[in-house]
Amino acid sequence: MSFLDDATLQNLESKANQIRQSIVSMLVEAKSGHTAGPLGMADIFTAFYFHILNHDPKNPDKEDRDRLILSNGHIVPVRYATMAHAGYFPLEELKTLRKFGSRLQGHPERHMLPGVETTSGPLGEGLSQGAGIAYAGRMDKKKFFTYVLLSDGEMQCGLTWEAGMFAAANKLGNLIAVIDRNNIQINGTTEDVMPLEPLADKWRAFGWHVEEVDGHNISGFIDAINHAKAITTAPSMIIAHTIPGKGIADIEYDFKWHGTPPNADQGAEFLKELRTLQGKIEGGHSE
Amino acid sequence: MLNIKLQLDQDVLHPDTIKLKPTRDGFGTGLIEAGKKDERVVVLCADLAESTRVEEFKKTFPERYIEIGVAEQNLATVASGMANYGKIPFIASYAAFSPGRNNEQIRTTIALNDVPVIIAGCHAGISVGPDGATHQALEDIGLMRMLPNMTVVVPCDAFEAHRATVALAQLGKPGYLRLGREKTPVITTEQTPFEIGTAYTYVDQENPDVVIFACGPFLHTALLVAESMQKDTTSVSVVNVPTIKPLDTKTILEHTKKAGAVVTIEEHQRAGGLGSAIAEYLVSEFPVPMEMVAVNDRFGQSGSLAELTKEYNLDQDSLTQAVSKVIQRKSI
Repeated sequence: MSFLDDATLQNLESKANQIRQSIVSMLVEAKSGHTAGPLGMADIFTAFYFHILNHDPKNPDKEDRDRLILSNGHIVPVRYATMAHAGYFPLEELKTLRKFGSRLQGHPERHMLPGVETTSGPLGEGLSQGAGIAYAGRMDKKKFFTYVLLSDGEMQCGLTWEAGMFAAANKLGNLIAVIDRNNIQINGTTEDVMPLEPLADKWRAFGWHVEEVDGHNISGFIDAINHAKAITTAPSMIIAHTIPGKGIADIEYDFKWHGTPPNADQGAEFLKELRTLQGKIEGGHSE
Repeated sequence: MLNIKLQLDQDVLHPDTIKLKPTRDGFGTGLIEAGKKDERVVVLCADLAESTRVEEFKKTFPERYIEIGVAEQNLATVASGMANYGKIPFIASYAAFSPGRNNEQIRTTIALNDVPVIIAGCHAGISVGPDGATHQALEDIGLMRMLPNMTVVVPCDAFEAHRATVALAQLGKPGYLRLGREKTPVITTEQTPFEIGTAYTYVDQENPDVVIFACGPFLHTALLVAESMQKDTTSVSVVNVPTIKPLDTKTILEHTKKAGAVVTIEEHQRAGGLGSAIAEYLVSEFPVPMEMVAVNDRFGQSGSLAELTKEYNLDQDSLTQAVSKVIQRKSI
């Protein structure tokens, strides 16, 4: 992880915008898939792939890489888009999302695409797999970190809490999880469907180091990761408050965009909105 | 009568001197050997270390034993993560809970993810006895063999369970090992061969009237029936099929062609078990009259092994009747 100066931060923010554009384009092309979650997590994925992770797009299996586990596999368009921008595969391939024969499966599959650490989609299964990787790595005295990205909806899965107990019992300081706290799930808001609060208190009670951050403030998020890395006696949970659909006014906060892709007209409009930073600048042709 | 080449236990057909040992014991000793051979082998257990026989591994390799608590979904998925990193995890619980309770976690994070986790399902079948229906897994073979990438092994005795454990550790793929609680006959010896994917001919008649394919401890019932029916001039071949998946179709086809009639026996539901697997194969390759001796769409219940074996028609009489019936069907 390099020093986070102003220029680096600006580059990260601009990269996140490009990644949002790729997400919109690939979903329009796929005609199916999830929109709100991927847009909401673009800043965090950018922070990981362009600043936090020890990784090598040309050598995705390198032994000492940090592991980034995506538990809620349905937001994988943001991972694919970020990986393509990071150089794992050509941007052009993003157009194959969810198509027959594509490496970019609707939900990610480990053996399909180098750099995808686990097959995921069914909710609640990422934290325990991450804990297993962290435990095994520590057995061999490896220094890599295991990061697990979770949705807030999967806090309703019992297995998430089984994993929480296991990781704390084993003091997995090399395990850092991030909850995408965007408050929406398929049937409505999390607090209407099955309330999660007080979420931070719950994780503290389970023996985790907990931080709460603005998930769109890249600098603040990176600070929280640095704090978490310094805690060696407990696993860390970063609750990242995000806006579902962040960057596109029509999508923001609307749970109906959880599992719906934009159509071609909407896509063109959304891309314009992203390129002009919601009308603040003229906008170019970046993609 | 018995195939000499397989060096089976000499007392296997002698009721007075026959040795008894549960298959889970062989799993326990097999783990120690597998652990000595390969330091990547780790064992995860869901609060059942003694009864699943992983206690000795825990004592021998404490740093490679991971306690999970009563959390079978976590058991499967933590193991998936460890295998993903490069370990060879065995996960031990009762079959009713693993692969019962955690079936979807096994499907997604072990089978589809294609990582080498070995699931040891103990206390499988009605032979669990007094614990009753909740603990008598009768559908685990079906659940596991329906999953792509999964190998399924059902050892007939403790020695075979030992060898299967050692072999599964080096499989490099997901595997399921089905184990029983009760002491059951020792059929094989340390010298008896075992390879994953191979069926072994225990009784090879020259002109068989029927062939019995068996897996698990009920192989012994098949051997007893072959012996007793031989006295009545009924010629019965017996094949041990410890690997349900991948099925040794070559051996199965050979014996089926030779006998022209098939009976299967297992302590599992008819649906999805060994008999079902063999029927699926034979129906398109070489259909012959076939009978399945298995639990028929019922849950188990409390009772002794002998009582339950009779109640669920898995005893020697039931198998003998199935053999007679299938022979009659040949002549129709």
